[in-house]
Amino acid sequence: MSDARNQARAVLEGPDIHRALTRIAHEILERTKGAEKVVLLGIPTRGATLAFRIAERISQFEGVKVPVGTIDITMYRDDLRLRPARPLGRTDLPAEGVDGRTVVLVDDVLFSGRTVRAALDALNDVGRPRAVQLATLVDRGHRELPIRADYVGKNLPTSKSEKVKVYLEEIDGRDAVLLIKGDDRPDAGETNGER
Amino acid sequence: MKRHLISAGDLTRDDALLVLDTAEELARVSERSIKKLPTLRGRTVVNLFYEDSTRTRISFEAAAKRLSADVINFSAKGSSVSKGESLKDTALTLEAMGADAVVIRHAASGAPHRLANWVRGSVVNAGDGTHEHPTQALLDAFSMRRRMGRVEGLKVAIVGDVLHSRVARSNVLLLHALGAEVTLVAPPTLLPVAVDTWPCQVSYDLDAVLPKSDVVMMLRVQLERMNAAYFPSAREYSRRYGLDRERFARLHDDAIVMHPGPMNRGMEISAEVADSPRSTIVEQVANGVTVRMAVLYLLLSGSEPAIGGDL
Repeated sequence: MSDARNQARAVLEGPDIHRALTRIAHEILERTKGAEKVVLLGIPTRGATLAFRIAERISQFEGVKVPVGTIDITMYRDDLRLRPARPLGRTDLPAEGVDGRTVVLVDDVLFSGRTVRAALDALNDVGRPRAVQLATLVDRGHRELPIRADYVGKNLPTSKSEKVKVYLEEIDGRDAVLLIKGDDRPDAGETNGER
Repeated sequence: MKRHLISAGDLTRDDALLVLDTAEELARVSERSIKKLPTLRGRTVVNLFYEDSTRTRISFEAAAKRLSADVINFSAKGSSVSKGESLKDTALTLEAMGADAVVIRHAASGAPHRLANWVRGSVVNAGDGTHEHPTQALLDAFSMRRRMGRVEGLKVAIVGDVLHSRVARSNVLLLHALGAEVTLVAPPTLLPVAVDTWPCQVSYDLDAVLPKSDVVMMLRVQLERMNAAYFPSAREYSRRYGLDRERFARLHDDAIVMHPGPMNRGMEISAEVADSPRSTIVEQVANGVTVRMAVLYLLLSGSEPAIGGDL
């Protein structure tokens, strides 16, 4: 790990993340005509934190209170059997529910798209949204499924062996996105939290 | 490698906390309209019940089905067991059917341990004789944590027929691992010989223990396992060790009353106490499904189990 740290490069610093989220919040307002009937659902852990930040900005800009919650996707993953059983995250839906609303899923890094597929399945079991959109802080490419984001903080070209690690103030004590040079093993970038 | 859940002693403190935390998240699933999760699709769970059971069997069945596992229910009555088939031969049959987990209830202490030698899947002990019932202890700890906010530091009195109780043994081991202080209260005839080696206190005097307890767990007097006179009469037992209204009044205001069921109302617990809002008896059943989902999830969902012990 310490080896990898040495080769880490910050691609986004605190102010960059701040600006990216501000822009996403504006784009959501624009695309959804004032965030009417919008629900933000973050994917734990860092997606959830980002969802709350975006909701806060939306309410600052237009004074609308957007319901925000979290949706855990662990039980819906397609790679559960490849690794030991893992602890669950928190699913906490806003009291308004998701039926008939536009759900904006929020995650920190968009990579293979498998997390988002799992989130769509999870969403299917909790209600029937009118539409589902996707917001991500970093899109690093290498999609394995036909999934794209509606709101992107930063498009980050990466090689598959690199890792992208998102640090957020609320969880990690600082805001940053690091690109970590990986080894050349295939799938080396596919570890939890470091995507 | 971790694989089975045969004894509450198989669980480290971290294992036990992982089960309780997982159950806490799964409890939310039980509240929504679609209660099913796809997680164990294609896995097979066999319920192998050699002893009568209502809540445990139904609870395991509901838990496995909510996780989308295929469930095969086997009860000794009406099967080849009544033709004299041995546990081993039954186990080999299940093995041939490809069971990923076998949930076993058996009148003989140690049967799950024997079974674990013969099958490749995980074995979950759902009660063996007078030995252990680890998922009951987990659901009891979960119920305590939900009501009291914590398990660590709680003073728990387990009262009654400890000698024949698999619930008591599993609870003592688990609650000790989680940092609760357990006191067993029973007449000397209903305590096992080696009780002094258990990680708990022992008392013969219920009235002295009650005011100091946060949780009072009443055990069923297991008349079907009693082949000798352990106490002079049901009435005398009830007078000295039953939880009636007067004793209940001596508990502090936040204390809760638990019972693993089925109850002998009027014997170890009065109907009034059993139905009081401070009794968790009905919650314990609901929590049972959630906790067993957590156990099955942690044993079966990954490439290898995240909890439990090896032989």
